[in-house]
Amino acid sequence: MAERSSIFDMIGPVMIGPSSSHTAGVVRIGLAARYIFGEQPDVANITFYNSFATTYEGHGSDRAVIAGLLGYATDDDRIKNAFDHAKEAHLEFHFKGVGNAGIYHPNTIKINMEKQGKTLEVLGISRGGGLIAIREIDGFSCNLSGQYPTLIIEAGDVKGSIAFITSVIANDSVNIGTMSVNRTAKNGTARLFIEIDSEIKPISLEYLKQLSWVHEVKAIPVVT
Amino acid sequence: MDILFDSFEEWAKYCEVQKVLPHIAVLEYEMKQKNRTKEEIWAGLARAFEVMREAVKTGLSDDMRSRSGMIDNGAKRVKNASVSVLGENFQQLVYNALAAKEVNSCMGRIVAAPTAGASGIMPGVLTTLQNLHKIPNEKIYEAMLISAGIGLIIERKASIAGAVGGCQAETGTAAAMASGAVVYCLGGDLSQIFDAVAITIQCMLGLICDPVAGLVEVPCVVRNASAAAIAFSSAQMALAGLKTVIPVDEVIDAMGEVGASMESKYKETALGGLAATKTAKMIEKRVLVSDIEILPDDTQL
Repeated sequence: MAERSSIFDMIGPVMIGPSSSHTAGVVRIGLAARYIFGEQPDVANITFYNSFATTYEGHGSDRAVIAGLLGYATDDDRIKNAFDHAKEAHLEFHFKGVGNAGIYHPNTIKINMEKQGKTLEVLGISRGGGLIAIREIDGFSCNLSGQYPTLIIEAGDVKGSIAFITSVIANDSVNIGTMSVNRTAKNGTARLFIEIDSEIKPISLEYLKQLSWVHEVKAIPVVT
Repeated sequence: MDILFDSFEEWAKYCEVQKVLPHIAVLEYEMKQKNRTKEEIWAGLARAFEVMREAVKTGLSDDMRSRSGMIDNGAKRVKNASVSVLGENFQQLVYNALAAKEVNSCMGRIVAAPTAGASGIMPGVLTTLQNLHKIPNEKIYEAMLISAGIGLIIERKASIAGAVGGCQAETGTAAAMASGAVVYCLGGDLSQIFDAVAITIQCMLGLICDPVAGLVEVPCVVRNASAAAIAFSSAQMALAGLKTVIPVDEVIDAMGEVGASMESKYKETALGGLAATKTAKMIEKRVLVSDIEILPDDTQL
C-alpha cells in the first residue's frame, strides 16, 4: 500500500510559487545537481525538454534551477531574483529548450556543470507535487529521489566489494533504502547508488574513501 | 484502532469510539503515521499560518505583476475599489484570497494548501475569519487540523491534483478544507463540518483545469477568490442546520468519478476550455519560449 500522506502535504509544503512541479521540483533538481557536483559550478548549461521546453520561463523554472545550483531551498525568497544572485556568485548559465525528446519524461532537465576542468552531467525529472528523480549522472543511470541521504561510490569491480561497503554501512546501524549498481565494461569500474535512511558516521565515510579499490565517494544530503 | 482518514464515516466513528475531539483525531493520525511529536505538529501549523498571513500582506503591499503580465495587482485594486458589492467583509475576503494567490503567481512564498494552484483559498478564508471574529491563533491551528483531515480523505477517495481530477480537485478541495475550518471556529460540530464539505464540493463539482498558456494565473487566481466565497456560503448554510442530502462520502465519490471521466484536455494540459480560446493562443505565442530545438525523429539521446 502506498505510504500515507502527511497533514503537511495537505497544508504544505511552504514553497516559492507558482508551481510545485515547475518551480519547487526544479529547485530540488538544481540543488541535487550541486550536491552531486560537490560545489557550485562556474558554468552551467541547462537543457529543458518536452513540456518544460516551452513553459520554463512562465513558471520561473529557469530561475528555479539556478537557485538550486546556488544552494537555495524551495522556500527561499531569493529564488525570484536568482539571476542577479548568480552574477554575484560568478555562476555563468545558458538555457536551451528541446521540444520532442520522446524517450524522456515530459518534465526533464539536463544540467551540464563545469568548474576548472571538472565536468558533470546530471539528468533529472520533476514528477509532480515537488517530487523529483535524478535519472542519470554522467550517463550512469540511477533513480534517486533526494528524500534520503545518498552515497554515490565509484569503485574497482573487485569481488566482494558490494558486500564490504554494505557491511560498513550496517555497522553504523544505518538501513539501506534502495541500492543500484551500474558497471562499465571498459575500465571495470562500478558505480553504486545507495539511498540510506540516515547519514553514516564521518569516520566511516572517510574509511570508505581510503580503501585502495574505491575511486570516489560522494555523500549527498537530503535535498530539501 | 488506528485512524487512517479513508472516509468521513471513519473519522466520525473514531471520534465517537475513542471519545476524542475531531481535530485530536487528525493530530493522532500524524503522530502515528509520521512519527511526529505534538510539539512538531503545532509548530508546523504555526509556521504555515504565519506564511499564509505574510503572503496576504505581501500581495497587498508589493508589486504583484506576473512575468506574463496576466496578473496585475488585482488584490490591491479590489482593496481600493470605490464600490463595495456586499460590504467590507466580503471585499476583504476577496482581496485576501487574491493577494495570497497573486504572491504564488509572482514567485513569492506560499503554503500549498493543498496545492500551489489553490494557495489563496485557505489564507483568504482564515485571515478574514480571524479578523472578523477575533479568533485566537490556537483555535486557527486546530481548525487547520480539521482542514488537513478533510484534505486527506479527499486525496484518498478522489484526488487533489488538477492533472488527475481537474480544478475541482485543487480549488474544490481547498474550499472544502476552508469551509470545514470556518464551521469549526464558529462552534459547529463534526456533522456540520461534513455538511459544509459536502455543500462546498457540490458547488465546485465538475470544474475543469484549463490554465491559459499553462501558467498558474488565468483562471486560477480569480477562482481562488470565488472558491473562498463558496467556502463561506457553505459554512453559513451548514451552521444554520442545512443538511447535505447526499452524504459527504458519496459526494466525494462523485467528485472522483467526475474527475476520472474528465477528458485529459481539461486536466492541466492547457489544451481545452479557456486555454484553447483564440485569445489564449495569442497569449501563448507571446509568453511561451519559442526558440526551441526540435530533434529529428530518430535521434539517440
